[in-house]
Amino acid sequence: MTVTSQVKEYPSEQLKCWEQAKNLRKNYYEDYLHAHEKGGLRWAGGAWSFSSIPAGLGEDVYCVTGEPYGATIAFFKDFAAKCHDATEAAGFPRTLCAYMRNYWGSILLDKFVLTDGSVVDGYPAPDFIWQDHICCSHAKWYQLVRWLEKQRGKEVPMYSVDVSVGYPDDFAPEEDYKVNYIADQLSDGIDWLEKVSGRTYNDKLLCDAVWNEMRSTSLWAEVCSLNQAVPAPLDEKSMYSLYVLGTLMKHRPECAAFYETLRDEVKDRVKRGIAAVPLERFRVITDTQPPWGFLRIFREMEKYGAVSVGSLYTFGLIGMWQYQPDGTWIPKPLPAQKPRTREEALQAIVRWTMHKPEWAHFYQPELKTKMMESIVKQWKVNAVLLHYNRGCEGLSVHIAENRHGLIEAGIPVFPFEGNMGDERDFDLSGTMARLTAFFESTGLKKLKE
Amino acid sequence: MRRFLYLKAQNYISNIGKRRRNQCLSEQIFSQFREWIDNRHEYAKAWKERMGNKVMGYFCTYVPEEILYAADILPVRILGSHEPPTVTEPYIFAMYCHFCRDCLAQGLRGKFNYLDGIVEGQSCLHLRQAFNGWRLHIPIDFAYYIYVPHGIQTPRAAPYYVHELAKFKHELETWTGKKITDQDLDRGIQILNRNRELMKKITEYRKADPPRLTGLEAMEMTLSSQMVDKTEHNKLLEQLLQELPNRRREGKADIRLMIIGSEDDDRVFMKNVEDLGATFVVDEHCTGTRYYWNNVKPQEDRLKAIAERYINRVPCPSKDWPELTRVQHAANLAKEYGVNGALIIQNKFCDPHGIEIPPLKDALNKVGVQTYPLEFDVTVPWGQFRTRVEAFLETLTGLEELF
Repeated sequence: MTVTSQVKEYPSEQLKCWEQAKNLRKNYYEDYLHAHEKGGLRWAGGAWSFSSIPAGLGEDVYCVTGEPYGATIAFFKDFAAKCHDATEAAGFPRTLCAYMRNYWGSILLDKFVLTDGSVVDGYPAPDFIWQDHICCSHAKWYQLVRWLEKQRGKEVPMYSVDVSVGYPDDFAPEEDYKVNYIADQLSDGIDWLEKVSGRTYNDKLLCDAVWNEMRSTSLWAEVCSLNQAVPAPLDEKSMYSLYVLGTLMKHRPECAAFYETLRDEVKDRVKRGIAAVPLERFRVITDTQPPWGFLRIFREMEKYGAVSVGSLYTFGLIGMWQYQPDGTWIPKPLPAQKPRTREEALQAIVRWTMHKPEWAHFYQPELKTKMMESIVKQWKVNAVLLHYNRGCEGLSVHIAENRHGLIEAGIPVFPFEGNMGDERDFDLSGTMARLTAFFESTGLKKLKE
Repeated sequence: MRRFLYLKAQNYISNIGKRRRNQCLSEQIFSQFREWIDNRHEYAKAWKERMGNKVMGYFCTYVPEEILYAADILPVRILGSHEPPTVTEPYIFAMYCHFCRDCLAQGLRGKFNYLDGIVEGQSCLHLRQAFNGWRLHIPIDFAYYIYVPHGIQTPRAAPYYVHELAKFKHELETWTGKKITDQDLDRGIQILNRNRELMKKITEYRKADPPRLTGLEAMEMTLSSQMVDKTEHNKLLEQLLQELPNRRREGKADIRLMIIGSEDDDRVFMKNVEDLGATFVVDEHCTGTRYYWNNVKPQEDRLKAIAERYINRVPCPSKDWPELTRVQHAANLAKEYGVNGALIIQNKFCDPHGIEIPPLKDALNKVGVQTYPLEFDVTVPWGQFRTRVEAFLETLTGLEELF
């Protein structure tokens, strides 16, 4: 390895809580797989769903959220290819959401993949589906899971919550009729959960889960906020392994506890000047999910001293944020008190979730552009790498408008096409050649081979 | 006996004359529908000048036109041109459907420069981008987004939607400076209900063998309804309804086809397929039966009545969950209209419709209807499609020849 001598090199070290994160994720999938052996319940739904609501059914209720499972499949490209073949053979178009096709493929193949890549025979069907719907594919995804399970002789009841009420104003109270529309569906959903599970719903568990979810999502934003430091204590490739816990179990106490540990460790790294990328000299952010089978592009970037310090996606899919009157974007503080009743819990989680940054772009591209501009400014970012993601219609929506907005704001933008979950749509060597040219156009030279 | 035969002959001749006249009038009506579509922009400009009122472009059939008619605004649906929408490349990523890109292209090319406003009734992410692209890049006086609920199968949807409609009504009143009264809403409801009711009655004549109108004619009837003043459209529909019982189409009975899928206004494709010896006897498109299948059921609270109509209508797949009600509706239509085979049209990149293809195929097969999928892009490769459609038609008729 050769390193250009005049570039400053920061100290670096591995995260101490890394193994803990890995184990939490591993246990999550295994708990779901073995839930029935312990008399527990399994449910399926999206990472965006109100996961704190089924928590009121008991402490032995385990879920698998769809997007992270689709991403896990994508990471194991051979298995992903088999999933794509299976969904296309079943008559689904190959242009649909890539996570969704991976997930359906896993059912069609009757195989389940674990985090280490091992494939288990027999897809573990859920006892019920609990989903929400903001993107065109969200509820439809699980409607088809239900249909596919029916073809296999299993009836899976499904409930989905419509959240497509728009994005609230940063400085005005949420409109009550919108909040109530969602909260009432959640309330109906609790009755439905009792009916399909045969269990009595526990409001205390609900209040705990809602509070855990608020803590997890606020803490994750705090972690991301610490990445404003130079050098960045975390790089985005590592952040993917950390934010994912929020997409799996944001309502669980172990998730909130882990993010607390992580926040403290990252704070300490900032204090000690520990860098994720020792040769950091150029900071970028990305956008939308990465092509999961090709994360080595981040390692290639490091050879130029470029570090991705995050993205609106890694910050805002799970993290909750808010604007200050002075225009700065900060982690959303927790409400003054934990909810004590079912009604309070439902109102609180709806009002909280309506501000999810990743909801904004569904309605108005300007809102996302504004958030990205804030990140560029506050995180001292040099350029934005926009992933025009063919695999996700929900997060790529309005992306061309975001490109316009960022360019108008004078921010260098590198757009590249790919697919988070289907490697056939990503050209690694072509993308790297263009990225190299982009870096060189900004004056960057390769620091090491 | 001779007298009887004479009268019978007279009657026969008279009926032929009547049929010819009918033929002539119905041809004129269908030709008027066609002309309205071909000259939609000229029509809207002339209407605006004649009436002195505003014209509103809308993207999706979830926009409550009743309220626009109540405000004396002409709603016109923004549809594409089936020409490559290259001008939209900087504004919409090309992985979204050609329809949304084609719609925005019309705005960017200035084809709808007479519009006073645009409105979108929340449906898919694709059309939402056409709306936002228009709002951001094309000067327009009024742009409004209605948060039409997606969860139409929940009882919470209609009350929520009433709030959204009230806001929309209020915004229109502010914009036009005209109060929309209950009487105005009644008028809007009446115009729309009449239009839908007439088109539904006319659709009944597609059940005949051979059907009294072709699939292309039916499509042109519906498309023109989305482009012109419905009070004028209703007059022609009423006349057509009088004429259709006596209309006879020449030739032998064709293969009875159904066409199902996303937005589809590809008239050339319809004609080409029907020229191969088939007739589309029914469809399940938002440019077809889905547009007019359900009426507003009047009630004291007008906005509630309108909200319930849009919640309970035959849904777009983007809103049809957790139950697959549209799929079942399509299968019922196929049965009711004696369909032999169905072409399932997938607008490339349309997720809501694409997701439903296997269940739709399954439901149609269960009622004895074979299906064939075709992926549509902005232009249709007819040479290739012709071979495929012909092969499909042969599969629908081949067995008879064998035995």
